[in-house]
Amino acid sequence: MSDLTLDRAYAPLRRQRRLPLPPLGASLALLFLAALVLAALLPQLFTRLDPLAIVPREAFQPPSWAHWLGTDQSGRDIFARIVHGTRQSLFIGLAATALSMTIAITLGLLGGLGGARLDRGVGWLLEVLFAFPSLVLALLFVAVFGSGIGPLIIATGLGGAPGYARMVRGQVLAVRNAGYIEAARALGHPTSRIVLRQLLPNAMRPLVVTLTMGVGQAIVWASALSFLGLGARPPAPEWGTMLSMGRDFIANAWWLTFFPGLFIVLTTLSTTVTGRYIQQRLEGRLP
Amino acid sequence: MNTVATHRGAADPRRERLAALGRRAAVRLAGGVLVLWAVATLTFFALRLMPGDPVLAILGGASGNPTPETIEATRAEYGLDKPLPVQYVVYLGRLLQGDLGASYSQHMPVTRVLAEQGGATLKLTVAALVLAWLLVLLLTVVTAGRGRLIGGAASLAETLCAALPHFWLGVVLLAVFAFGLRWFPPAGSDGLATLVLPALSLAIPLAGFIAQVTRESLELTLEQPFVLTARTRGLSDFAVRFKHALRHALLPGVSLSGWAIGALISGAVVCEVIFSRKGVGRQLYQAVMTQDLPLVIGISLVVAAGYVLANILVDLLYQWIDPRQQEQNP
Repeated sequence: MSDLTLDRAYAPLRRQRRLPLPPLGASLALLFLAALVLAALLPQLFTRLDPLAIVPREAFQPPSWAHWLGTDQSGRDIFARIVHGTRQSLFIGLAATALSMTIAITLGLLGGLGGARLDRGVGWLLEVLFAFPSLVLALLFVAVFGSGIGPLIIATGLGGAPGYARMVRGQVLAVRNAGYIEAARALGHPTSRIVLRQLLPNAMRPLVVTLTMGVGQAIVWASALSFLGLGARPPAPEWGTMLSMGRDFIANAWWLTFFPGLFIVLTTLSTTVTGRYIQQRLEGRLP
Repeated sequence: MNTVATHRGAADPRRERLAALGRRAAVRLAGGVLVLWAVATLTFFALRLMPGDPVLAILGGASGNPTPETIEATRAEYGLDKPLPVQYVVYLGRLLQGDLGASYSQHMPVTRVLAEQGGATLKLTVAALVLAWLLVLLLTVVTAGRGRLIGGAASLAETLCAALPHFWLGVVLLAVFAFGLRWFPPAGSDGLATLVLPALSLAIPLAGFIAQVTRESLELTLEQPFVLTARTRGLSDFAVRFKHALRHALLPGVSLSGWAIGALISGAVVCEVIFSRKGVGRQLYQAVMTQDLPLVIGISLVVAAGYVLANILVDLLYQWIDPRQQEQNP
């Protein structure tokens, strides 16, 4: 607290130093994410080719003017498949993150507000879930409930939940005793209102950054499961599934795996850069 | 002033620190055993919920067309005809004796599968962890605090590395260095040459993550007064960075190591599948595909045990490197 004045004095300097990526990076990332959302809603805007049309004559064509990113083993256009796969991959990432967050907020609130005994229980449950590396937890889930899009989302969401839950709990504990909560209590507001209007928004603010980056991570983990053949079924143009199919032809047709993976990388990169940009904005406004 | 008091109170502060560390280790280990019991219980009941008859899985799936007599005999042989609580108690009792049951698909004890495959995975993950830290040190110590341009470029490289998924990196490395340039074999698990590509595809994304944290902390450390003191004493820039700043700057990276081990195990599953390597990860994947319950349970349990133990070790290491932590939460 005593360093506050010092911090203020250094604030302009520090803000300058804390920008490792220029705003150019952030705007490119936002642009790419916007294009992804557009592709998910209206894939026809980006390509007129059918992602499922089988043309054996045109199988294994390298990238060319007619097929920007080449064709796969059945002569389907890779670019069209990637564009049409955006909807599913993005949906899986968002749904899994939403699930992670729902579990995390429930556990975090229970642990942070429910008293010492409940908190110990939640901490213990988190530790049990943490004993599994996330892919092992997801594989266990798939072993029990089978493969497919639904289990894939739940498995990815479960795998990410313990990490978020630990963060939410820490945040709730930190915010719980803040002055404005005490003030709201003194004013006689009901607990539910305090939790919803004061506690959650303030506890969640630092988590916005993690959440933005989390969507990218969820897409990666879901793709990993699809890549192992445990996600979307093959003809579907999902990015991880495309990678998994292309793996058999890696020795002579690199574009089958390279481009779907590139889009996964670009998506994660964009969510990371965007997340960091939000972080800088938040910190800039709140020194 | 405080140190004088402690000197008088205890004959040897170093010994006292060790004792505190030992107490913490005992508490953490006891907690770890409890967690593992919960993990074992959870996996047992979760896998009993699994759709499909395990007996059919033992006999090679429904396509094997086993006779009802064979099914009954197998059910009795594996103890699956007993009520669930009995099965659970028997299972826990065996677990305490180090018996993880027999794999349905490989017809041998799970412990033997683990003993045969564990070494390869351990070698891969350790190699990847060492490689990742080498990359981190190289990237951060050389480039931290060198101005906006170099720092920005290095930071961009780290962000890019961290965004690379293991499975894609593995496939790209495979295409370029195994099939294109033919420098390394595309598959197999014997010899050092087969280790290079899988270890790299695990290490590069991890290095990206750790380097981001280490760079930030190193840049903050380089602005500390004690670094200036070291410089005024005439130490070379190299010595300042390696001997003085690094030790402080490593702490956040070390605290990430527990998480890193988990990420490495997850990544090992994927990399072992891509490079057709021997190892626990690929066994787990195959066990899930063939619905081999004892093998899935056995591998998950052992992985969880290793992960819990590794986290406890990282925690203790962290306490040892940074005594300030000990004072904060004794």
